Amino acid sequence: MFEAIAFYLFAFLTTVMFFIAVTTTQALHALTALAAGMIFISAFFFILGADFLGAIQIVVYSGAVMALYAFGMMFFDTTRDVKEKNGNKFIVFGLSILAAVLVVVIFAAPMVSTNIVALHPMIEGAGNTQELGMVLFTKYLVPFEVAAVMLLVAMVAGIVLAGKKMDLSLTLMNDAEIIDAKKEQHKKVL
Amino acid sequence: MMEIGLNHYLVLSTLLFAIGLIGVMRRKNLLLLFFATEILLNSVNIAFAAISHYYGDLTGQLFVFFVIAIAASEVAVGLGLLIVWHKRHGNIDLDHMSTMRG
Repeated sequence: MFEAIAFYLFAFLTTVMFFIAVTTTQALHALTALAAGMIFISAFFFILGADFLGAIQIVVYSGAVMALYAFGMMFFDTTRDVKEKNGNKFIVFGLSILAAVLVVVIFAAPMVSTNIVALHPMIEGAGNTQELGMVLFTKYLVPFEVAAVMLLVAMVAGIVLAGKKMDLSLTLMNDAEIIDAKKEQHKKVL
Repeated sequence: MMEIGLNHYLVLSTLLFAIGLIGVMRRKNLLLLFFATEILLNSVNIAFAAISHYYGDLTGQLFVFFVIAIAASEVAVGLGLLIVWHKRHGNIDLDHMSTMRG
């Protein structure tokens, strides 16, 4: 009963939030709606008994990713309205729904055809986090390490790409140096 | 109706995936295009978690874990590239980067 109420409530809220994020012309509205939708999605993880993933969803998506987007938006001109493609709307909506149905078929086909046997069944008497840890650090240790290396590479790439000229501090330079730096920047972009 | 099953979650996942696809198809600003891809990833995460729950299998939750890690690194690299592009050209519209001049 309560599960059904929670499911329908959060399904409605998530759909509305993501629809706003997709259709609004204001980048800030899109960012806020997306962050709210991410938090609502974590509710589904809690309903499904995946507590660890719910916490991860809030910490990583709503915390790290959204903060990163907000930080990136400081670089861009986000106050003006966003222009959009004006293609044929029926084609866009039709293609979207077709592709989404295709995804469900891909998901559902193996389930309907065969009886699935759990590869890593839930462990009795262990919490969700403990279960995940047991499987993650035995069967999935190598992908876990590879993901760690990938995150390190992404971090280095982010610093290298966005961190140009970050050693210059405008507050520590006098006016002549700032003008020189501006001239140099006009000469050689980046 | 009152009993929430796997199909409910799959339908919800489909709905969110369709919303994300609409966003990918109609957005021109690259930052908002990134938002739409996040919606796509999240809708698939819901499907994975639901299947994991209803079949008593932990593999789905582990895949969600890795998808979240990949999404985080994608955002870091993508935003870095966007910042570089914005410094060079002053905009982040898709129409301006349809030709690759190097």
